[in-house]
Amino acid sequence: MKRTLLSLIALGAMSATALSAEVKPALVYGTGGKFDKSFNEAAFAGAEQFKKETGIEYRDFEPTSDTQGEQAIRNFASRGYNPVVAVSFAWTSAMEKVAAEFPDTKFAIVDSVVDLKNVRSVVYKEEEGSYLVGLLAGMASKTGKVGFIGGMDIPLIRKFGCGYVQGVKAAKADAQVFQNMTGTTGAAWNDPVRGGELTKNQIDQGADVIYAAAGATGLGVLQTAADNKKLSIGVDSNQNHLHPGSVLTSMVKRVDLAVYNTFKDTKDDKFTAGVQALGVKEDGVAYALDDNNKSLITAEMKAAVEKAKADIIAGTVKVHDYMSDKSCPK
Amino acid sequence: MSTASVQLPAWINYIVVPILNLVLAFFFSGLVVWAIGESPLEALRLLLIGALGRGEGIGFTLFYATSFIFTGLSVAVAIHAGLFNIGSEGQAYLGGLGAALVALSLDRYVPWYVTMPFAVIGAALFGAACAAIPAWLQAKRGSHIVITTIMFNFITSSLMNYLLVRVLIVPGKMAPETRTFLEGGQLPKLDWLISMFGGKLGAAPLNFSFLIALVMCFLVWMLIWRTKLGYEMRTLGISPTAAGYAGIPYAKIVMIAMLISGGLAGMMALNPVMGASARLQIEFVGGAGFVGIAVSLMGRNHPVGIILAALLFGILYQGGAELSFDMPSITRDMIVVIQGLVILFAGALEYMLRPAIVRLYQQISGK
Repeated sequence: MKRTLLSLIALGAMSATALSAEVKPALVYGTGGKFDKSFNEAAFAGAEQFKKETGIEYRDFEPTSDTQGEQAIRNFASRGYNPVVAVSFAWTSAMEKVAAEFPDTKFAIVDSVVDLKNVRSVVYKEEEGSYLVGLLAGMASKTGKVGFIGGMDIPLIRKFGCGYVQGVKAAKADAQVFQNMTGTTGAAWNDPVRGGELTKNQIDQGADVIYAAAGATGLGVLQTAADNKKLSIGVDSNQNHLHPGSVLTSMVKRVDLAVYNTFKDTKDDKFTAGVQALGVKEDGVAYALDDNNKSLITAEMKAAVEKAKADIIAGTVKVHDYMSDKSCPK
Repeated sequence: MSTASVQLPAWINYIVVPILNLVLAFFFSGLVVWAIGESPLEALRLLLIGALGRGEGIGFTLFYATSFIFTGLSVAVAIHAGLFNIGSEGQAYLGGLGAALVALSLDRYVPWYVTMPFAVIGAALFGAACAAIPAWLQAKRGSHIVITTIMFNFITSSLMNYLLVRVLIVPGKMAPETRTFLEGGQLPKLDWLISMFGGKLGAAPLNFSFLIALVMCFLVWMLIWRTKLGYEMRTLGISPTAAGYAGIPYAKIVMIAMLISGGLAGMMALNPVMGASARLQIEFVGGAGFVGIAVSLMGRNHPVGIILAALLFGILYQGGAELSFDMPSITRDMIVVIQGLVILFAGALEYMLRPAIVRLYQQISGK
């Protein structure tokens, strides 16, 4: 951590001089904080990749409140940063205001839609990715009971949960899914202890695979599942490496792509506004398979999940989107 | 002789001691900044310029201060009656619902100055309602107010979460928030106040609720020090036994003090909800209720002190954001450390320096 901080200091010092005139990318994180090993860290990874490939420095900022988020987006825009990417739906209204004030600056927002000529809105079909990991969970479960632990109780997280349930039921029609939300405040994104307690509770009820869609809270979920020799499913970033042998898979949401592509497209002068909905087909969401979890995914599971993936892409399997009617099929 | 009983002149108590505490807090914050390899003086400069350098910065500082004045007053009124209300956070959150319901139902029909009084009443009523149950439990059942008010913060946030996610949300939108209020539901920005001093407000959300906050400061001062009710509240706060002996009704005063306290907290919502974002957003209070406790402590529970302390926290919030923006190595966690040090020295350790100051004072004055 200290080393990262120090290198950041060095980065900050360099960025003042190294920024080229044309593209000065900036990134505003969600209030969960940059190093959450999940959503925001995925965005960070995308920006880092861009820096590595092009050598162009970027600036980033971690707001602590809604007012600060708007200030940060505006500060970046007014100081000539372009493009300005804001990750999290929390910046929707801020983006609407600031993007209208700076029509010549290019903006991008992740997880929400802002309908302006200079804003790219990147949204994900989380239900599709969650369906895939749900399918795996359903197949891996021996008890026929699996769990879902969300962060804050907001529509976005219900969308994750809804896709997951459908996936589980596709594998085992009579499977039981326990669902818990960590809380109703922003603290729910960063409460690993509570996440662990909820996991314990679900394990006591018989769940043996638990999917966490809860930012940094999920770290507690994964930890507790590992401690109790149960399986867990990570989210947003590939979290398989956190507890090899216990993390069944991760629902990878390529937030890094949204950040990377926006930076890159602006640099190459190919920036387009409008909505990009990234699903399984566009590789925007996926299940993670690597050395850390390949012993957990049997050949049969792999075949089933690949088939489901192909079916979703082909359109023969439609995963219901919670957002479309605010409800989830039972 | 113990130094605690020595009377110090007011100017030492209210000016010298707070300034010394503040200097200490900044000194230790400076050490922290220095330890991570940045220049403390440069950091202080960036912080002050960010908060007070331009019209926009001042606008943001006063915007934050407005919220803290409301919550600070809320805490102070309760403290005068011997009640430690740490539920201002939840009361402000529910107050937002009151303000938003008024704005949503009136903004189409009337201009803002007609909406405003109703919104003030709505916010205060909802805030007071949130404080009413803990107050009743304290007054009639002796359940400790600290426990019940903090529990109510969670109840409120669950209720508001439910309403925003299920009921008030704009269909099809991802963000849990109400629709944007029209002009008639928004409080005007105070451009003229800043331009009077030659600055430009820019994008800062400083709005009319700042003036409402100042009026409330005056009203609270009147209430506490110039009315019979205020006298009864203070008596109860200093000695419940004496108050009971003097025939001051305990339950009634507790109820009234908490309702006023909750109402003031509720009015805080006017600032972010109707002044800044023109919509009811999830988590809009953002800790202002808890900052109110520190503000009230630092301000010695007096409206003038509360204004000054709220300004200080406004400077820390706004300047802190600018500082971590301009000096990326100062992360947001560092800003919290600095704010914590200020609260520690200026609020919690207020008596640490007192013995030394008393001795110095005695030597100088020759007593």
